[in-house]
Amino acid sequence: MDATGILQILVYLALVAALTPLVGGYLARIFDGRARWLGWIERPIYRLCGVSPEREQHWSAYAASLLAFNLAGALLLYGLLRLQAWLPLNPEGMAAVAPPLAFNTAVSFVTNTNWQAYGGETALGYFVQMTGMTVQNFASAATGIAVAAALIRGFARGSAKTVGHFAVDAVRVTLYLLLPVCVLGALALVWLGVPQNFDPATAAVTLEGAQQTIAQGPVASQMFIKHLGTNGGGFFNANAAHPFENPSALVNLIHMLAIFAIGAGLTNAFGRMVGDVRQGWAILGAMALLFVAGTFALWAADAAANPAFAGLGVDQAANPWQPGGNMEGKEVRFGIAASALFAAVTTAASCGAVVAMHDSLMPLAGLVPLVNILLGEVVVGGVGAGLYGMLVFAVLAVFIAGLMVGRTPEYLGKKIEAREIKLAVIAILSLPVGVLGLGALGMAFGAGAIQDAGPHGLSELLYAYASATGNNGSAFAGFGADTPLHDILLGLAMGVGRYAVIVPVLALAGSAAAKPRIPASAGTFPTHGGLFVGLLVAVVLVVGGLTFFPVLALGPLAEHFALAAAVLY
Amino acid sequence: MTVHRPRATALFDRALLGTAAADAVAKLDPRRLVRNPVMFATALVAAVVTALAARGGADAAVTAQIAAWLWVTVLFGNFAEAVAEGRGKAQAASLRRSRSDASAKRVAAPEAEAFETVPAQALKAGDLVVCAAGDTIPGDGDVVRGIATVDESAITGESAPVIRESGGDRSAVTGGTRVVSDRIVVRISVDPGESFLDRMIALVEGAKRQKTPNEIALTLLLVGMTLIFLIVVATLPAFAAWSGAAVPVAFLAALFVTLIPTTIGGLLSAIGIAGMDRLVKFNVIAKSGRAVEAAGDIDVLLLDKTGTITLGARQAAEFLPLSGVAERDLAEAAFLASLADDTPEGKSIVALARQRFGLAERQGLAFVPFTAQTRMSGVDLDGGEIRKGAEDAILARVGDLPPPQARELRQHVERVAKSGGTPLVVARDRRPLGVIHLKDVVKPGIRERFATLRDMGIKTVMITGDNPLTAAAIAAEAGVDDFLAEATPERKLELIRDYQQGGRLVAMCGDGSNDAPALAQADVGVAMNTGTQAAREAGNMVDLESDPTKLIEIVMIGKQLLMSRGALTTFSIANDVAKYFAIIPALFLAGMPQLAALNVMGLASPQSAVLSAVVFNALVIVALIPLALKGVRYVPAPAATLLKRNLLVYGVGGLVAPFAGIKLIDMAVAALGLA
Repeated sequence: MDATGILQILVYLALVAALTPLVGGYLARIFDGRARWLGWIERPIYRLCGVSPEREQHWSAYAASLLAFNLAGALLLYGLLRLQAWLPLNPEGMAAVAPPLAFNTAVSFVTNTNWQAYGGETALGYFVQMTGMTVQNFASAATGIAVAAALIRGFARGSAKTVGHFAVDAVRVTLYLLLPVCVLGALALVWLGVPQNFDPATAAVTLEGAQQTIAQGPVASQMFIKHLGTNGGGFFNANAAHPFENPSALVNLIHMLAIFAIGAGLTNAFGRMVGDVRQGWAILGAMALLFVAGTFALWAADAAANPAFAGLGVDQAANPWQPGGNMEGKEVRFGIAASALFAAVTTAASCGAVVAMHDSLMPLAGLVPLVNILLGEVVVGGVGAGLYGMLVFAVLAVFIAGLMVGRTPEYLGKKIEAREIKLAVIAILSLPVGVLGLGALGMAFGAGAIQDAGPHGLSELLYAYASATGNNGSAFAGFGADTPLHDILLGLAMGVGRYAVIVPVLALAGSAAAKPRIPASAGTFPTHGGLFVGLLVAVVLVVGGLTFFPVLALGPLAEHFALAAAVLY
Repeated sequence: MTVHRPRATALFDRALLGTAAADAVAKLDPRRLVRNPVMFATALVAAVVTALAARGGADAAVTAQIAAWLWVTVLFGNFAEAVAEGRGKAQAASLRRSRSDASAKRVAAPEAEAFETVPAQALKAGDLVVCAAGDTIPGDGDVVRGIATVDESAITGESAPVIRESGGDRSAVTGGTRVVSDRIVVRISVDPGESFLDRMIALVEGAKRQKTPNEIALTLLLVGMTLIFLIVVATLPAFAAWSGAAVPVAFLAALFVTLIPTTIGGLLSAIGIAGMDRLVKFNVIAKSGRAVEAAGDIDVLLLDKTGTITLGARQAAEFLPLSGVAERDLAEAAFLASLADDTPEGKSIVALARQRFGLAERQGLAFVPFTAQTRMSGVDLDGGEIRKGAEDAILARVGDLPPPQARELRQHVERVAKSGGTPLVVARDRRPLGVIHLKDVVKPGIRERFATLRDMGIKTVMITGDNPLTAAAIAAEAGVDDFLAEATPERKLELIRDYQQGGRLVAMCGDGSNDAPALAQADVGVAMNTGTQAAREAGNMVDLESDPTKLIEIVMIGKQLLMSRGALTTFSIANDVAKYFAIIPALFLAGMPQLAALNVMGLASPQSAVLSAVVFNALVIVALIPLALKGVRYVPAPAATLLKRNLLVYGVGGLVAPFAGIKLIDMAVAALGLA
């Protein structure tokens, strides 16, 4: 661990903190309908869809609209994948995608997971990349943000029947935030060296005289939304480690900022809309604590020497010629600190883009991305999903500990009663069901897909199911995911991880909106201070820890202790 | 006032423990266990492990011990509930003794002389009964004819008999009380089995206890956690198989039971019953557990001025003579006028005059009592007269005064009113002498109690029929946050609705029939037992001692109940961390010896580690029974302070304690060679 690395991390944190109130203020304006500068496009869209923006929806109608919209998106994407061979802009002549993989991929992109059981440049043509993948990158991001907006309204309103209108929220988020930022962002990426063309792959001869195929295409237009919308599905198989996706340190920083921008900004929009900005900072504070601890743990574990190499006389100390530590699976341009930071960011935020292969991380370093996902993707989290996931934990934290102030628990003036607890519990249950339940099935019937023996092999499978259920989408690698069994099980995991949370969260929004807001008094459990931040972090860690400690002990922890004892598999 | 409260049962009475132990076994009945999902799951697992132990095998001895301790865990949970119920029953029994199985004299009409004798249990609502001196009133009802003194000590513990009469606010009578003098006709207002006592006994006994809203929410959380751990444990063999580690089923079962929240699951209903119990100890009957819970949430307390904030009677504080009148003359006139006046005000005037001027008694005075028409009282003596009364009443008697004198009198009267007192004008032979200042005396210590309530986030509002000027002065002196002057039942109801509209929960107490709507509207309405039947029906609690200041205690009992529940939940969940560190290394040691590094407690063997965790899990329930029954200590403080302290004690304590506990048990298990 060196000063440059620490500086990189601190600069990144400072920039995120600076962006938060700006993005948050703008998001609040969008959610409240105060942003109007594109009204001339917005209104015709509503007319076209037959939506009257003034008539808000009950939470159940909101959920029904959302599910219908996502189902349509999934069917469209599935159709595009299956019909690829007949579609234009396919200079490499990519064939139709097989049904299990097409199902898996369609669910993956609609649920904002962007798990890829295929290689981008070897499986998809440009038309499908643009109209399938990129469109769902926007749609799934807008869906998540809309759910967050509905939940925020639930807490901000008192004795209300409605939580907003799904179509209006999705249109406004896309129109006022995602599209303009991505148009500008994509142009900046083109300027910084990311390709944007329809050319077939370039055949090149390397210095050694070998033949090389250099894939290209409309990369920049997909790249910005991939990070801003925490989608993470790469244009290329190597994802953000590919020099065309991530040409320089500056672009790397832009990518990482884009990943956190909306997730962090939403906490601030939340604070503004419930009328107490400190509430938003408290939520972000809890996220930041978990994030910073994870980042440094990851970096420290990977910067340390590999004990198995020590006996072989390998020099692993940092010196002017090498960074030291574990460089396996890393892009040399980024080094250990930046790779660790990116790995922490992408798993904390449910993005799933990668600049380093997580499979090659040291056991404890690999534990951190896994834990980030298994905590429920609430450390900043996916756009929208991070905030609503964390608010579910806030409801639980307030309920468990709030009783200890001698009142029935309340959060932001809303009483937490049986209905809220039931919904929160259903949302929390999605994670063990997806990761452990479907993962155990995958293990029992599909262990052949695992590449490595020993605890590391377990981590490979566990990571895949965690990534799918957490809607993260990053791969640990070392796992042959494209088998019919895993395609289907992982597809189900993504669906459970997405909709078994969204529906109860919307119901929670509805029931919170219907309750009157109780004014705070000295007897109210304060939820804006350090005490609440600590409590929230503790509840997130305890719930995640209690659920996943046994499998984590069998995977990364067992691997770590084995490595320390020089046991290799 | 000699008040006896239900005898405080010692925390662990020997006879009670015996009954509770028997009850604990009886509660193993699956139909009763299923009410508590966590304990039901534990019993199921215990049955499975028992079957495993019966089949024998490698670890049969340890498996049998685990099975035994799992059953003990269930029994301990049942025992906690049984003890709480037993304590409730003991209190109910002392109340029930007052229940007469005597007969009642039923009459056809209030005027009827002839009666038929029927068993008291056969009376229905609407029946008329006649009760003469010496009779026990057979059921709750209203006096419809006559007036009588009634001994209510069986219910209230108050030894002095009270007057009950038809009409007005003192018409309600309670079954089980005894008529001391005279004869009344009572209309029975409840059907058999629904009287006050019946309801109260049912509640403290737990027979009719329904889960309160917060208990339901908590149970849902506990069920959710149980489901999570079910998934964790059920999927573990599949993952362990990859590493080639076979996991003994008995150990998995042990892991499951130690992880699910058995501590709070076992103690949950005991906490609820104990909360009702604490209220009964204060001689307050809650009609539902829901009301006790709501008490903890109260934000606004409406308190009647008289009797709650101030002493019931006003006290003479000073004599204010008009110019040209000696203070002694005024005092003497007031003294003479009050000698035969046995109202507390009158007595206080006599006392003040004696103290200031050492006046002596006089004979031959003709007392003129206060009447609603004259609105003054006084004496006639030596051919003259002295009168004292409200300003307008006296002025009406003395006729027009010369302007300077009228102005001066007016000034005195206003000064007294402004300071929160009541002015009483004294006139001798139709000439005003001056004003007596009757002062409302704020109860000692009440100011500090209001300050405490403010710290707890509770707003106090004083309700009074006084004019705003007087009310403001007393409100300031007593330190209440707000007041409602010139209160009428309608304005009271309106005030409650206003607060509730703003999302606040309101508590109040009342006794009159006209309080009934407000009592029903309030979130916590405490009816005084001396009040009317209508008031007692409208409120959701009844204070047997009719002490309005008790609202404050009721709020605290509600808070304590919720705190106990939260503290034990937090403790229970925090415990799981240590249990993982005990069981996980033990579980996988065969397949993955390197996981011994997680055995931070250095437990002797996998078998003893699992057994110790199970034993700890069972013993902690018993260890926490006293806390569940007594409740977490509640010191009024702002929420942030309470939370900080309780998180430290029950959160951090819950994290650390089991590490020490499991280690100690493991040492004992190893030393005894049990595993």
